[in-house]
Amino acid sequence: MHRYFGRKSLIYLLTFIVAVTLNWLIPRFMPGDPVLRMLTRSSVSNPESLAPMREYYENVFGLDVPLWQQYLNYWSELLQGNMGISVWLFPAPVTGVILKAVPYTLALLIPSILLSWVAGNKVGALAARRKWLDNTVLPLGYVLTATPYMWLGILLAWSLGIVMGIFPIAGGYSFALRPSFTVGFIANAFTHWFLPFLSLFLVAFGGWAIGMRNLIIYELEADYANYLEALGTPRKLIRRYAFRNAMLPQLTGLALQLGVLVAGALVTEIVFAYPGLGYLILQAIQNQDFFLLQGVFLFIVIGVLLANFIIDIIYVLVDPRTRTGLQGGTA
Amino acid sequence: MRTELYFAFRNRKVVGGFAVILAFLLLGLIAPLFTDHGPNDYVGPPAAPPSGEYWFGTTTFGQDIFLQFANGLRSTFLVGLLGGGIAAIVGMTIGFVAGYRGGIVDEALNMLTNIVLVLPALAVLIILHTYIGIKSVPAQALFIGLFSWPWVARAVRAQTLSLRSREFVDLARLSGLRPLTIIRREIAPNMSSYLLLTFILLFGGSVLFAATLDFIGLGPTESISLGLMMNNAVQWSALHLGLWWWFVPPGLGITAIVGALYVMNVGLDEVFNPKLREM
Repeated sequence: MHRYFGRKSLIYLLTFIVAVTLNWLIPRFMPGDPVLRMLTRSSVSNPESLAPMREYYENVFGLDVPLWQQYLNYWSELLQGNMGISVWLFPAPVTGVILKAVPYTLALLIPSILLSWVAGNKVGALAARRKWLDNTVLPLGYVLTATPYMWLGILLAWSLGIVMGIFPIAGGYSFALRPSFTVGFIANAFTHWFLPFLSLFLVAFGGWAIGMRNLIIYELEADYANYLEALGTPRKLIRRYAFRNAMLPQLTGLALQLGVLVAGALVTEIVFAYPGLGYLILQAIQNQDFFLLQGVFLFIVIGVLLANFIIDIIYVLVDPRTRTGLQGGTA
Repeated sequence: MRTELYFAFRNRKVVGGFAVILAFLLLGLIAPLFTDHGPNDYVGPPAAPPSGEYWFGTTTFGQDIFLQFANGLRSTFLVGLLGGGIAAIVGMTIGFVAGYRGGIVDEALNMLTNIVLVLPALAVLIILHTYIGIKSVPAQALFIGLFSWPWVARAVRAQTLSLRSREFVDLARLSGLRPLTIIRREIAPNMSSYLLLTFILLFGGSVLFAATLDFIGLGPTESISLGLMMNNAVQWSALHLGLWWWFVPPGLGITAIVGALYVMNVGLDEVFNPKLREM
């Protein structure tokens, strides 16, 4: 078990280092000069004032020291939680801006991931080897999992939001309200939350249902299932064993899908102008706010790594083989 | 090979999925040939609903949505083909080498695979796209391909590992074949069906990735794509104006293509794996 966690932690640590390095590397070694672009954006006509401005920006970006020192400085700033100043919301620090948006993204992601995973597994397991249910769940699942997140979001916003007028389609809460812990505000925030949640839930649900259905069919054909059947075990019990065995690959699948799910949440937020990280990304891109964009990137990486780690812990809890150091730990 | 073709033509999932994809491909290839206008030209009345003249209606600026759709299909297929192809090549190369060589090479490649696997690809692509400013579809496909190979490498490595110790591979090694030749002639053919299925999934994944990036507004600036159409529709408040014909076709096109790919994948699985065939 120690070996298992040690190995996993090493991978996550390396991934984090790679992500930070990429984040530092890309702006510095890509074609195009961000400082120059900012200078053009401020459109200074006087060439004499250009030089001091350039010097100022290079100083702000920390470009006036050797490369290796820039890299080390970047790390030390980062470890102190300093990711720079946002251009879009000048002069707010990037870390603060992001921390304000993170709760909204988590409020969308956590329920939609957990509920879709649980519901998808249940429905998928029910559908396996039941003709009529299978014939409805399977096509529906394929359509849902092939749907681009933003398109389902657009369709829901249009049909339930605009045509039928049941749900609001933009923002995290009504502009007339201020965030507070009152019933009115929470109810209002809930109606804003529901549609983005629903579109995330539906797309992810399709994938889990199909995955579980296929795994159950595979398990029901395994030797142990045949053996139990030959012994005259009730079908219900066999299905329960199959379900428990099929949970393990689905758990691994959850870890693998995290990146895609986060990506889905980002574009869904953009559709609904939901004030989470996806919305920040859009604003950062439109306002050329590179510090903010890079900060969001690092936050997403950290979040995905943490979630991976949590799934690893759950995996150890549900799969005894990883605890005894037998096979299965590599999954 | 012939038995596989026989079962493929009898499999409804394969035939149906293939027909849908072929239809969209032909539409994308042929339709733009019948007009002198580019996809972004202002050709018709603004915000017109679908009619005999403008099959999918027009945008608020009077652009023909059917024309945009057909041209967007081209980008979709291009990005799927190139992105999926690059990811398949990188993933297979790394998987074969890691699985066949083993030892320290395997350790290093495995570590690399795991790192890219947990790195959220879209976030990396957003950063890359913003700084570099992608101009063409192939460039976009290249980046998508470079970040979606890890699970392929993992699966190919595992299969190579199990094939490596079989007798026929030992025999090939004894007869002095070079490692590359062994991989190409002895190992790869044994998983060719799996590799084809992998490529189909990668194709679908690349299409969805590209649509996401285009929708955020980071797609190729020089051409139209289905994701960009949705971006435009949302940006120019097609939802509030009730221009459903602007945002329904592009999403429907992507869903149909990717869904058909998935269904075809399942069908092909049944073709290659006799256990799954319905008799």
